[in-house]
Amino acid sequence: MTPLNMVHLWTSIIVVAVCSVTGDVLTARAMRRVGDLDEIRAKSGLPGAIRAVLSEPAFPLGVLALAVSFFSLLYALAPPAPVSLIGPATASLTFVGNAIVARTFLNENVDRRRWISVLVVALGIYLIAN
Amino acid sequence: MKHTLAPQQYAILFTTMFTAGVGDTLLSHGMSQVGSVDLHHLTLLLSAIRNPWVIAGILMLIGFFASYLTALSWADLTFVLPATSFSYVVIALLSHFWLHEHISLARWSGIVLIVLGVGFVSQGPALTEHTATEANAA
Repeated sequence: MTPLNMVHLWTSIIVVAVCSVTGDVLTARAMRRVGDLDEIRAKSGLPGAIRAVLSEPAFPLGVLALAVSFFSLLYALAPPAPVSLIGPATASLTFVGNAIVARTFLNENVDRRRWISVLVVALGIYLIAN
Repeated sequence: MKHTLAPQQYAILFTTMFTAGVGDTLLSHGMSQVGSVDLHHLTLLLSAIRNPWVIAGILMLIGFFASYLTALSWADLTFVLPATSFSYVVIALLSHFWLHEHISLARWSGIVLIVLGVGFVSQGPALTEHTATEANAA
């Protein structure tokens, strides 16, 4: 593989991971602001819960970012791309990226237990997807 | 962090893992019947969305997204993602026992690692407790 191809490959992987992390974090932020969906559904029914989710501006942005991530992945996987590298690399990078961004952007307390879990699961996903 | 989950919330997490794993496997089985879809054969997508396995897979994945959003409404992203990654194990096991795909030693090792990671994170708190000042600032 030429250096130019390597740059193209890793740019694709990073674009997929960044869009995926953006989508996950924006969706999580939207749901945090919406509040407990179980309680909302109990009070206002399913239509009320759907209205509450859709009225949160971060939600459509998050879904858009997830859609861009999905189609970027399809583009990155087009032949002759090395599927055995792209699949595991994007999944693992997204997992670790989510932990880093959730700590700063969502103000989550990512303690040692969560870091260990994230790294162990990311390695597990890498092995399964490879 | 001291938030613990109710049995109903564990059921939502289980639904997220189950529907993601089963949904992906059903889609995979359905698309293997439809055949290879590329830019020159886009009409195959129309037959794909009439395939009962693909329809069942899509319904399962809608269920996954609904339960995933519900889980995010009462738990941290860094709790939900590792906890629901058990769906990768569901996919691997269904692929082996239903689709008769080979699982290598590396994949079995991956399954063991995910089980360990899920078990470890689920012993901890699900939600970061913020003070009222922090919550207002967010």
